[in-house]
Amino acid sequence: MLTVQNIYKTFNAGTANEVRPLRGVSLDIPEGAFLVILGGNGSGKSTLLNAIAGTFPLDNGEIHLAGHNVTRWQEHRRARLIGRVFQNPFTGTAPNMSIAENFALAIRRGQARGLGWALTKNLMDELRDRVKELRMGLEDRLGNAIGSLSGGQRQALTLLMATCLKPALLLLDEHTAALDPKSADQIIRVTEEVIKRHKLTTLMVTHSMQQAANLGDRIVMMHRGSVAYRFEGADKQRLRVEDLLARFEELRRREMLDDSVAALLQENYI
Amino acid sequence: MTLLLGALTIGLILSLLALGIYISYRVFDIADITVDGSITFGAAICAVLIVNRVNPLLATLAGFAGGVVAGTVTGILQAKFKINPLLSGILVMTGLYSVNLHVMGKSNIPLLSAESLTTWAERMGQSWFGNPEVNLGGWMVSTRDLVTLLAVLAMIVTACLGLYWFFRTELGTAMRASGDNPQMIRALGVNVERYRIMGLALSNGLVGIAGALLAQYQGFADAQMGIGMVVWGLASVIIGESLTGSRSLGLAIFGAVAGSILFRLLVAIALRWGLNPNDLKLVTALFVFAALVLPRLLQQRKRPVAAPLGSS
Repeated sequence: MLTVQNIYKTFNAGTANEVRPLRGVSLDIPEGAFLVILGGNGSGKSTLLNAIAGTFPLDNGEIHLAGHNVTRWQEHRRARLIGRVFQNPFTGTAPNMSIAENFALAIRRGQARGLGWALTKNLMDELRDRVKELRMGLEDRLGNAIGSLSGGQRQALTLLMATCLKPALLLLDEHTAALDPKSADQIIRVTEEVIKRHKLTTLMVTHSMQQAANLGDRIVMMHRGSVAYRFEGADKQRLRVEDLLARFEELRRREMLDDSVAALLQENYI
Repeated sequence: MTLLLGALTIGLILSLLALGIYISYRVFDIADITVDGSITFGAAICAVLIVNRVNPLLATLAGFAGGVVAGTVTGILQAKFKINPLLSGILVMTGLYSVNLHVMGKSNIPLLSAESLTTWAERMGQSWFGNPEVNLGGWMVSTRDLVTLLAVLAMIVTACLGLYWFFRTELGTAMRASGDNPQMIRALGVNVERYRIMGLALSNGLVGIAGALLAQYQGFADAQMGIGMVVWGLASVIIGESLTGSRSLGLAIFGAVAGSILFRLLVAIALRWGLNPNDLKLVTALFVFAALVLPRLLQQRKRPVAAPLGSS
């Protein structure tokens, strides 16, 4: 379904600010899978998600999605296959437009937009039903600007918008990280519901070990731009938060060792 | 009374300019100086065609097309060549100055003897009222002026309804979203760059019609007529917003028109009271400055605790 083959990306190549967030990442995910991507700051996990979404061109490697080679597709073209929820609740919705208008935009994701009326009665009825399922009382406020809602409400709506037209792939980029714990729990509950009901193929980036242990059917742990560990099937089901923490600690220690060895070498030989 | 009619008519004609500025300034958040050139471009094209005996309605539409071309060029500079929006507008405006002179062949084309929409209005006034003047609530008014005003009013109402309809379609909603949150709408499959070009084309097309109508109304097209028009349009949009107090689409469109008319009336009154016409642009600029700054100052006054000095 989704195949990522050995992709590389360097930003600001050849300057003092050079960063190499992706150094040969490969993934292969069957249809209906739910992959959780874990990693510390700067491990390249969000960059990987953006590479799949098409935010920037790759230096090397290929991405295949739902039978298409999308490597050279621009972001807006890939949107036909991909639904996205961002980390920042402000990113996923147009603040000065109403809930209904935002939804009308999402229902045409990746399709031609013509001169037909955007807010048809059918759309409003469908929207009211879907929003009611969120149990946030938003179904009576469809005419309100989205900017007047809380972060949690906006994230829930973004999730609904990303999935109202069934995407071949759903990308969740730390979509609960900017929320208070209560809203985050609520969003996770809605996320699980939506993914289960529509049998969505999902990639979720998170730095919460708890979420990683509880959600999904496979885990990839990223470190310094490449995949450090993979867990699938029974391995993943047995995995507890403590196990993940232990692996993290291992990575950290290895990195410190790298640094201290580098320092030692520098001291002795330069 | 003639003065009032004249101010209303010019206010209405320039409300097309205000609607154009509403699109670039409020939908896309760009102060688009292209309009200084495209209003003259629309006027120049229309004037040359009218002098060459083309149907004035077609000539006006040609003015629209000219504006669309100008806006498209600015849009391409911004979207494809990644040139700063303000600079893109300045480049196109500057280039258009020469283009306009070439189109007109000289710096001023008089239209008084040619067949224009104004002549049509005059003839219609004659046949409707059978008299060059008519009694309007105790005032003697030229039928030509009255019919012109009504015709322009009909055009503006059509333009407003058309714009309102467009911005409520799938295409128009997506265009508003490309201004409101480009990242979000790109993730929903919209080519934001293309929509921005289309938006600027539409915006400047409206400005082009404003130029074509203005040239016919005042009886000449002039290479200098566009100077400061962007500020004029901004003033109208800002007044309109304070009148309606709302960013909702319908009220914003109505507000832009109302703002344009009100601003023109204020200017007419100020000129009548002895404002030196040379000071008009300075006063307009100061007015826009005040309109941009005052609301913020008032807000700071209201909440001194929430926003103490020195913290930001």
